[in-house]
Amino acid sequence: MSAQQPLLSIRGVETFYGKIQALHGVDLDVYDGEIVTLIGANGAGKSTLMMTVCGTPQARNGSVTYCGEDITYKPTFEIMRTGIAQSPEGRRIFPRMTVLENLMMGGMVAGNEHFEEDLRRAFELFPRLKERQQQRGGTLSGGEQQMLAIARALMSRPRLLLLDEPSLGLAPIIVSQIFEAIAELNRADGLTVFLVEQNAYHALKLAHRGYVMVNGTITMTGTGKELLSREEVKAAYLEGGAH
Amino acid sequence: MMQARQRDSLFVASVKDSLGGALVAFALACVMVGLKVDVASGRGAELFLEHRWLAVAIAVALVFVVRLGMNMFFWKREDAPSLGLSGFLPKGGLGDGSTNLLKYGMLVLAVALPFALMYYLGSRGSRQYIDLAILVLTYVMLGWGLNIVVGLAGLLDLGYVAFYAVGAYSYALLAHYFGFSFWICLPLAGILAAFWGIILGFPVLRLRGDYLAIVTLAFGEIIRVVLLNWYEFTGGPDGLSGIPRPSFFGLEFTRGEGGFADFFGLKYNSIHRIIFLYYLIFIMAMFTNFVTMRLRRMPIGRAWEALREDEIACRALGINTTNTKLTAFALGAMFGGFAGSFFATRQGFISPESFTFLESAIILAIVVLGGLGSQVGVVIASIVMIGGFEMFREFEEYRMLVFGIIMVVIMVWKPRGLVSSRTPSVALSKNAKGISADLVQEGHG
Ligand SMILES: Nc1ncnc2c1ncn2[C@@H]1O[C@H](COP(=O)(O)OP(=O)(O)OP(=O)(O)O)[C@@H](O)[C@H]1O
Ligand SMILES: [Mg+2]
Repeated sequence: MSAQQPLLSIRGVETFYGKIQALHGVDLDVYDGEIVTLIGANGAGKSTLMMTVCGTPQARNGSVTYCGEDITYKPTFEIMRTGIAQSPEGRRIFPRMTVLENLMMGGMVAGNEHFEEDLRRAFELFPRLKERQQQRGGTLSGGEQQMLAIARALMSRPRLLLLDEPSLGLAPIIVSQIFEAIAELNRADGLTVFLVEQNAYHALKLAHRGYVMVNGTITMTGTGKELLSREEVKAAYLEGGAH
Repeated sequence: MMQARQRDSLFVASVKDSLGGALVAFALACVMVGLKVDVASGRGAELFLEHRWLAVAIAVALVFVVRLGMNMFFWKREDAPSLGLSGFLPKGGLGDGSTNLLKYGMLVLAVALPFALMYYLGSRGSRQYIDLAILVLTYVMLGWGLNIVVGLAGLLDLGYVAFYAVGAYSYALLAHYFGFSFWICLPLAGILAAFWGIILGFPVLRLRGDYLAIVTLAFGEIIRVVLLNWYEFTGGPDGLSGIPRPSFFGLEFTRGEGGFADFFGLKYNSIHRIIFLYYLIFIMAMFTNFVTMRLRRMPIGRAWEALREDEIACRALGINTTNTKLTAFALGAMFGGFAGSFFATRQGFISPESFTFLESAIILAIVVLGGLGSQVGVVIASIVMIGGFEMFREFEEYRMLVFGIIMVVIMVWKPRGLVSSRTPSVALSKNAKGISADLVQEGHG
């Protein structure tokens, strides 16, 4: 796999919020068909990196390349039309819109010729959403909202899916469901996934490869299994042992 | 014990709900029942206004009692007060049968109104009411226009009157300098206003909430100050007069040969023009509504609503938020411009005085009171507000106070406006329902 060109390639990215530097030269690659996870403590800069890929905020230095094209300074809405989809931190579903309308918003970029088909697939993946299609987004439970956020991102038929902490605040059983869905999407559809997670154990078990971020730089990388067995990772991110 | 509590809260809820209904009934009845114009006998043919407070009281009491009874013994639901329009309707969100009934009821009423008034009051007596109805419809149209910007796209615009002014002055000036007729100027006024909407839109795109509100407020004032001070061009505080009246497919509403009355073999009556103006603004308002409802079901309309809910999510979904905002501004402005040129042609005279911040505030109040984003709500709020204004005309200095109080009361009673439920713009199954906004008062989950 490493011989081919990466689908997403991040090189020396430095991102600032005003004067505060959040990312200090990050290098990261995601290859076609992979699940790559990024773990790190609170405030490490994981979400910032994901948002930098999407172009808000834009990197001050370094480059983000997707499919061989430099997207560092493209406007966000254009980036999101090139086959990248994102389920942002905090889910950000539309609370006053129904589940169906939320999904429709996700499919807007893709146009509506496949809408019915995409909708059916989304409901297959998360049957719970089908039952609740006329319910307002804001009244869904946390887990349902997360499912909706992922399903909504999928409606644009992405090649690369960016997920920011999909397990946040969810019961273990729902976390397993969501991670299974991600694995299934990767296996069956060949969807490439870049996953930011606090839940390091689950994420590393699921991912082909992982990165560890500390204070805005990558400090470790390796396959999921490798990282899981590293003492530093265990000590810092897997306290309490395996879940 | 439990049961007693339940019954108790049912009672409290019912009373609250019925009071709400009575309030709405009061507001409406004041205008529709409470005032009657009569020709004073003896003193020439002078018009005077008769107050019928007893009739109002009866109407209000009737609504209260019937509503209470329905609540207590018939609907038996505690959530009755959470419904939009609780004064008149049983359970049901916007978009299902009962509200549709209301919508069509209002539509039929609006179409029949001039004739009904003519029939009962004669052309003399009904003139004042048709004038009032024209005013209300103008505000309905303005409310619907602003609803696109504030209600749908969620951009707080405090300077909407600027576009109203642009529309009015566009027509007045084009007619004044080039002698253009109303029908040519109407689209031009809309285009010019939309153009100004985009001009305003660009600098404020990055702003949100309070900042946006302040800049739009300033914009509204700038336009007014320019109109006020550009004496040579706009006539400054003297305004522009002699603005031509609209024709009916080339027929002027004038006495004598070739006029409207002559052509149709009617006896000349100045009421013809008033009725024509009424239907003109009615059609313009319905056009606004039609376009808005259409757009709501299209991607751009959904993008507006999504923008109101969460801008970051919108961008993450590949929506061009810049264009989305600009189209909302431009469209809202365009309808404001249409309404403005109507205003100019109806008045025959305009001056910057008609376009003060107070106008923006009234239009915004109509949108907010109506329940942001609700089309029916705007109609009801316009009737209540504008009708109310006219009613309290004699208490000039108190009416702002009264309106302040009414607004506070409504906002406390219904924080999301009179019609607070939102109809989903898409449904797969047939039994899609409007869901009361009270269910979704939290922010982003
Ligand atoms: N909009 C912002 N303005 C200023 N500073 C910000 C902003 N967003 C994030 N930061 C700062 O950037 C740093 C990285 O934040 P980031 O959200 O990327 O962390 P994270 O790794 O995603 O953390 P978590 O796991 O808690 O989500 C933090 O120190 C944060 O305070
Ligand atoms: Mg984060």
